[in-house]
Amino acid sequence: MLSRTASDLFWLSRYLERAENTARMLEISHSMAMMPSGRSAEQELAAPLRVTGTEAEFWSEHAQLNFAQLYQFLAWHSNHQASIFYCFQHARENAHAVRGRITAEMWETINSTWIELNRIRARPPELKAFCDWVKERSNLWRGTAYGTLARGDAFHFLRLGTFLERADNTARLLGVKQMDPGDEINSLRDYYHWTSLLQALGALETHQDVYGGYVDASTVAEMLILRAEAPRSLRACLNEINTALSQISGPQGRRAKGTARVLLAELEFCSIEELQQDSLKSFLDRFLQTIYTIGDEIRLGYFEAL
Amino acid sequence: MSAVLPPFPGIFDEMLDGSNMPRAAYQSYHDWLAHIAEQELRSKRQEAELLFQRGGITFSVYGENSETERLIPFDFVPRIIANSEWVVLEKGLRQRVSALNAFLKDIYHEQAIIQAGIIPAESVLRNEQYQVVMQGVSLFGDIYAHIAGIDLIRHSDGNYYVLEDNLRVPSGVSYMLENRKMMMRLFPELFSRHRIEPVEHYPNSLLKTLREATPVDDPMVVVLTPGRYNSAYFEHAFLAREMGVALVEGQDLFVKNEKLYMRSTTGQRQVDVIYRRMDDAFLDPLAFRQDSMLGVPGLLSVYRAGNVVLSNAVGTGVADDKSMYPHVPDMIRFYLNEEPILHNVKTWCLRNAEDFAYVYEHIAELVVKEVHGAGGYGMLVGPAASKKEIEVFKKIILQNPANYIAQPTLSLSTCPTLVEEGIAPRHIDLRPFVLSGKEIRIVPGGLTRVALKKGSLVVNSSQGGGTKDTWVLARNLVENKNLINKAENMLTEEVTIDQRDSSSC
Repeated sequence: MLSRTASDLFWLSRYLERAENTARMLEISHSMAMMPSGRSAEQELAAPLRVTGTEAEFWSEHAQLNFAQLYQFLAWHSNHQASIFYCFQHARENAHAVRGRITAEMWETINSTWIELNRIRARPPELKAFCDWVKERSNLWRGTAYGTLARGDAFHFLRLGTFLERADNTARLLGVKQMDPGDEINSLRDYYHWTSLLQALGALETHQDVYGGYVDASTVAEMLILRAEAPRSLRACLNEINTALSQISGPQGRRAKGTARVLLAELEFCSIEELQQDSLKSFLDRFLQTIYTIGDEIRLGYFEAL
Repeated sequence: MSAVLPPFPGIFDEMLDGSNMPRAAYQSYHDWLAHIAEQELRSKRQEAELLFQRGGITFSVYGENSETERLIPFDFVPRIIANSEWVVLEKGLRQRVSALNAFLKDIYHEQAIIQAGIIPAESVLRNEQYQVVMQGVSLFGDIYAHIAGIDLIRHSDGNYYVLEDNLRVPSGVSYMLENRKMMMRLFPELFSRHRIEPVEHYPNSLLKTLREATPVDDPMVVVLTPGRYNSAYFEHAFLAREMGVALVEGQDLFVKNEKLYMRSTTGQRQVDVIYRRMDDAFLDPLAFRQDSMLGVPGLLSVYRAGNVVLSNAVGTGVADDKSMYPHVPDMIRFYLNEEPILHNVKTWCLRNAEDFAYVYEHIAELVVKEVHGAGGYGMLVGPAASKKEIEVFKKIILQNPANYIAQPTLSLSTCPTLVEEGIAPRHIDLRPFVLSGKEIRIVPGGLTRVALKKGSLVVNSSQGGGTKDTWVLARNLVENKNLINKAENMLTEEVTIDQRDSSSC
């Protein structure tokens, strides 16, 4: 496959996954904002900005932070790369560049999403309705890709982009709140934080299946880091990344393959207690660094090899 | 229930004859239309626009914001061509394109047509489009224009005329295919009612043609696009997709050891055939325009060494230049020893003093065009121009007469078209696409363009033109050989309005 095409496909799905993750993050803030405030509400609201690394950008444009501003900023702003609008715009531009390599149905899905997004931008819907719409479009895109695209390199590069981005986002979300031992669930508010995190990451039902109704920092961490069942867990993402890398044709990308394999092995053979001993925060920081490295190795191995 | 407004007096209408009765090819469609409410057609049109929008079947407009994407207005009333007429047109197209390819081979090699005194040396060799670098370069199969688009119009005398040949990068074929798809989706009943020749195999024929352009077995074929901001990008991506080949930009290709490669995820892959969708000038900054960011440095040397095929070849522009157009009938006689089947439009070349004097005096009746102009830019339509516009244009042509040709104002035929005022006559032309490989392949019909403004003769999409689906009716039992012969006679008989090919240039 043409290197530029592979790169466009990879980034196309990264942008779409990012849009979906931003929507999921906004949902957490939304449900937390409805809780009677324990900590500083502003601190709670600032979490998505920290996760997406857009705090400085936000404060350069705003004097204070409230929910409406957060929504406006993360959903509709057109100039920073965490906003849903920005992500869809770039996803659609990339799709335009590779429309010869994706199916007509995939192109129409993404193009009509973009047209609709521009239509509703004039009178943005309420946050919850909007987030549902974003997730729905993202699901539709994935379903269309799954249902119509040949299982070749185009498919594998799309999948690689999706799961690299998802691993990055899940790790960032997990890092929002201290989850080390001793940080037990000591308030109703924490309980709601964990459950809304699980819900936003589509893992609430899975968590219930595995642990029953019991929720604490350790079960949540174990679920979202080490369990292969939860489709947004770090291990599930690494599974997919490794599969995609092994299926891409050709001998290229050896470094990326090696790094991803080692990272997956760590997730497979490690226990949550071992990770906590070391502090989860340092594990997540290291994990994010490694994800970044894999992204870079993919770029050097496939997109800029010649 | 949908009434068709009467044709303009003195203009050939494709659907209705002089007494407002449907012509034979349109009989069945006309009956169907009579039972459809105009409102229904309008709501179908909204549906179609939505579908085109969703599909991103758009073109970008030069000079506007690069993000501007527009739909090409699509009209539902098809242009229907009787099989007997098409048979003759097809023959004429094969003949014309064969001669044009023979001409191109000749002028880059022996130049026999110049030596025979049929075409003056200077009008070929001094032509800006003549590429000296192509002299003596032999091409596989001796084909220069693998893909040609020949613009035809039908005059009020009922005859078809060639308006111009497009041998560089003719575009519009994707609209031909999308229009058909849309018609089949919206009006399936029409396709069971009529027997219409299919066009959907065009990409397949194109791929065959491109694969036949090289001696390489199982060649690697790519489509080369200037990029996603090019006005025809949709078409480039569409054709690459339909043919199942890579869509590349200049930056994706590189030259090494006199061979051309593309950058792929599995390393370098040698490229054998390039269906290039950019002009000669942009192909190779080392050989042509140095400021071109779109091309591939060194491509021309690989090409000249015979290690890659460019389709179309470099230097085809000299044969579709408006100054060369009047000579095409002579090319047919010279290379094929046949009489032209398709007529040329009478053309005055302003480089000749005699022609210039005539045009200068009669400019208000004529259409004056820039020799190298395209897309309906840089032209004057005499009868439609104001006194002031004419005076300004006269001054312009005085500065460089050789840069202009003039033709009589042709009354392009009309086809009923759904517009504001109802189903009203609008002027149309026709661009069939001719593919030259081991054999010549033509899908029946082509792209019909329509000028949506009342009375306007400018059909270019960049100037508000639209498109129609083009139906060639399959041959049926009624249309027997006699009818074909009759049409052939009608098309080839001496034309009275002195618009028969004239090569006064």
